[in-house]
Amino acid sequence: MQAAERVAENLNRGLHTLFENDPRVYLLGEDVLDPYGGAFKVTRGLSTRYPDRVITTPISEGAIVGVGNGLALAGDRAIVEVMFGDFVTLAFDQIVNFAAKSVAMYGRRLPMHLVVRCPVGGNRGYGPTHSQCPQKHFVGVPDLALFEVSPFHDNVALLERLVGRGEPCLLFEDKGLYGERMLADGRVDELFRFDYLDTGQTVARAFVDDTAADCVIVAPGGVARRALAAARELLVELELGCQVIVPSQLYPLDLEPLLPVLERAGLVCVAEESTAGGTWGAEVARRVYDRLWGRLRRPVLLVSSRDSVIPTAPHLERDVLLQSGTITRAVGEALDA
Amino acid sequence: MAAVTGQVGEPAVALDVDREDLDLLLLIRRFEETLLDLFAQGKLNGTTHTCLGQEYVPVALRPLLRDDDFVFSNHRGHGHYLARFGDPEGLLAEIMGREGAVCAGVGGSQHLYRDTYLSTGVQGESLPVAAGMALHMQRRGRGQLAAVFIGDGTWGEGAVYEALNMASLWRLPLLVVVEHNGIAQTTPTGLQMAGTVAGRAAAFGVRHVRVTSTDVAAIRAELAGPIADARRRPHPLVVEFETHRLGPHSKGDDTRDEAAVRRAREHDWRERYRGRFPLVFDAADRAQRERVAAAVREVEARPRSTWER
Repeated sequence: MQAAERVAENLNRGLHTLFENDPRVYLLGEDVLDPYGGAFKVTRGLSTRYPDRVITTPISEGAIVGVGNGLALAGDRAIVEVMFGDFVTLAFDQIVNFAAKSVAMYGRRLPMHLVVRCPVGGNRGYGPTHSQCPQKHFVGVPDLALFEVSPFHDNVALLERLVGRGEPCLLFEDKGLYGERMLADGRVDELFRFDYLDTGQTVARAFVDDTAADCVIVAPGGVARRALAAARELLVELELGCQVIVPSQLYPLDLEPLLPVLERAGLVCVAEESTAGGTWGAEVARRVYDRLWGRLRRPVLLVSSRDSVIPTAPHLERDVLLQSGTITRAVGEALDA
Repeated sequence: MAAVTGQVGEPAVALDVDREDLDLLLLIRRFEETLLDLFAQGKLNGTTHTCLGQEYVPVALRPLLRDDDFVFSNHRGHGHYLARFGDPEGLLAEIMGREGAVCAGVGGSQHLYRDTYLSTGVQGESLPVAAGMALHMQRRGRGQLAAVFIGDGTWGEGAVYEALNMASLWRLPLLVVVEHNGIAQTTPTGLQMAGTVAGRAAAFGVRHVRVTSTDVAAIRAELAGPIADARRRPHPLVVEFETHRLGPHSKGDDTRDEAAVRRAREHDWRERYRGRFPLVFDAADRAQRERVAAAVREVEARPRSTWER
């Protein structure tokens, strides 16, 4: 059997598909030209096939997104690659004050086809300014949607959806995920299977037993592998049944498909790699409380990286960032197991 | 037509005045004065930034810009809007939150969008966006350009330089119109800018034209060539107007001393035009005063705007 595509290859195929199908699609970013093809090789081959529409830029994240905004305003479809998600802070104004606001502040919907791709996450020794998960800084911006790549969600379909939305969005791509294999056919491994909780297949769920669960872990795509490892360990070591839910869209989060599963869980845990404080998970928990207050068996458990800069040395970094063991321990403690 | 660049204190030479230009100049002047009156009467909400003294800039540029160009305006943009669309009712309705508002009253004075026109309120933000629009236009090859209005204060923003670099590097048809009125809110240029706008443009290999005249015909004669050239062989162009803000930054926040305000008034195009065209000026002025007064009465009586999300 042929091995499944790696996530970076799948993303690359998604980009090629977009360019092939729509002459209005542009991609801008630093070092995106062949033969380099981007720092994480996601744009490989694109500039060779579409030299007019793949534009390598100066190191100017704010203006790159600004140029993307101008293209979007002109009716084009702009994809911007920010080399390291940490640098998206430099484009905060263009994303929050131009892209997102333009959709609504002129009194009628103004479509803005803009996708900003952000490689994020640590555990690679890149240090404090090249390892962050900045998702939380963009939660709660009107008309700005946040998505995250996962091994469960086909990026060809995802990219097509994002580019077609007409509202700007950020796509977070966990750097550790690029080399991993995409999942298919409802199988994660010999133990876990998966399905989708919605017909649009945007909310994936991995499980051993798809009925009741001692714990349901909600995690973005970049944490999915760690959540699955924790679920395996909790099952093997403590005989706790866990399901792992991975939504493709982080914000605004459509909670409806998750509710029946969360309601039956002994514990709802939200696990993410962002550092603690003002997290995406806190927003998810607030929404869960709104809907399931009185029916939850326990408070929603939030697990994240520590409230800390992300150190470079591997032993220090490992201690700060969320690991599968962080989830295992927290869930075990919460369930008194 | 004979026209020379007017130096300070020296009347520019123009053989005739286009009545349309004069009407537009006076419309913008009266519109802005009226806004300050309405604020004083407590009839307007929030804030506004008037372009008193700078009206001639967009009026001069008007015939040099095509309908299929895209104009990016800023916080001080009423004149830019009126010069492009001549729609005082729509703009006033926007500012007053009344039916018929350009943007349903959501954007207000400094956030307008209509066809090929957009303004927004963050300094420097529109320059990279205009560069993106210019990139789209360059690829289409129809000789369009993106025009973006900024002030001297805007040059404090890094986004300006990122965009200029790209515009020069990629040969984008980007017209940067600098309304250098010598004061950023309350901060004189000498306290906020090292060097010059010309020097900064030169650093990026971007052509720079400095305009000191307040005469629309003279300005057009000076700019027609460079702007046509920026379309024909796409490239960015910085046009810096040495201009003067007669009024406050927004409403009552003019901290300049009397002498400084007087110096600004000495450059007012209005008195120069009145002197040169005595036969038509007063009648034209009266007509625009009446037009704006009628617009206020009519728009004020309208129901509040509704926002269909």
